Amino acid sequence: MAVGILGKKLGMTQIFDEQGNVVPVTVIKAGPCYVIQKKVKEKEGYNAIQVGFDEILKKKNVNKPMSGHFKKAGVPPLRFIKEFRLDDEELNLFEVGKVYGVDIFQAGTYVDVTGTSKGKGFQGVVKRHGFSGAPASRGTHEYFRHGGSIGQNMTPGRTMKGKKMPGHMGAERVTVQNLKVVEVKPELNVIIVKGAVPGPNNGYVIVRKSKKKYGLKT
Amino acid sequence: MNEIVEMIEKEHMRLDLPEIHPGDNVRVHTKVLEGDKERIQVFEGVVISIRGGNTRRTFTVRKISHGVGVEKTFPLHSPLIEKIEVLGRSKVRRAKLYYVRKLKGKAAKLKEKRQ
Repeated sequence: MAVGILGKKLGMTQIFDEQGNVVPVTVIKAGPCYVIQKKVKEKEGYNAIQVGFDEILKKKNVNKPMSGHFKKAGVPPLRFIKEFRLDDEELNLFEVGKVYGVDIFQAGTYVDVTGTSKGKGFQGVVKRHGFSGAPASRGTHEYFRHGGSIGQNMTPGRTMKGKKMPGHMGAERVTVQNLKVVEVKPELNVIIVKGAVPGPNNGYVIVRKSKKKYGLKT
Repeated sequence: MNEIVEMIEKEHMRLDLPEIHPGDNVRVHTKVLEGDKERIQVFEGVVISIRGGNTRRTFTVRKISHGVGVEKTFPLHSPLIEKIEVLGRSKVRRAKLYYVRKLKGKAAKLKEKRQ
């Protein structure tokens, strides 16, 4: 368990590495994050810090209960708030009101990025589940992108639970694991990772140290 | 585009290369890594297309090699490009010269630009 950082996806571009290869990268504005609240085992039942990102500039956009919550911590009103579960000793490193930034990450390490994917609306099985559809010719009549049969016969006499069917796609929480950190720019509060991250530009994301291979260097 | 993304792109851009336009006759010197030896490869031809902005900018060079049309697309800001020589400019009225692919012989020749 380690602390992560909250940020905003700014967009994608491409840069060159030392060998001259083109590297597709996503630019994430991450931090400064403010510690709003500390949760401890004795009181709340678990150890965590509550952190926030993205200052709310207009006072009317903050409701009264939340503005009291921010005031108590001595931090500006913030739009995007999340918790990070921490160990006992990690918890001691943070105080309420503390600010931290992208410098918790180094270039060359790996991160996991969590965001809300772009909403696709109600989609059929071809787009949503990767079905291949029906043949385009050889007598196919008005049956091209259908899913085919959804079950058997009298036994079992019902459609199985979890059967892949058309429905709402996207706009869900998605984590992309093991993205390489290409560059960290603390002066701009920017972290540049290789590859794509979920969500639209200006969407909120959570950047954490990679669960599977954080320290690995290649 | 976001201004921070644009700033990062500008950092990776090369400013030492000459300006090129569609219709230019160019000689592109690229570094080629063979095993652990590096050498320079030259590709000479006409620029038929330039697309993309900032670091994403690429240009396509076309030449006729042994009677076969060959096209190569280079990322303009790639560190692998040693240098670009502009040998001559042609008078063209289009940004993309894809129509020269269909032309042969004398018809495929572009009119030289007068200074």
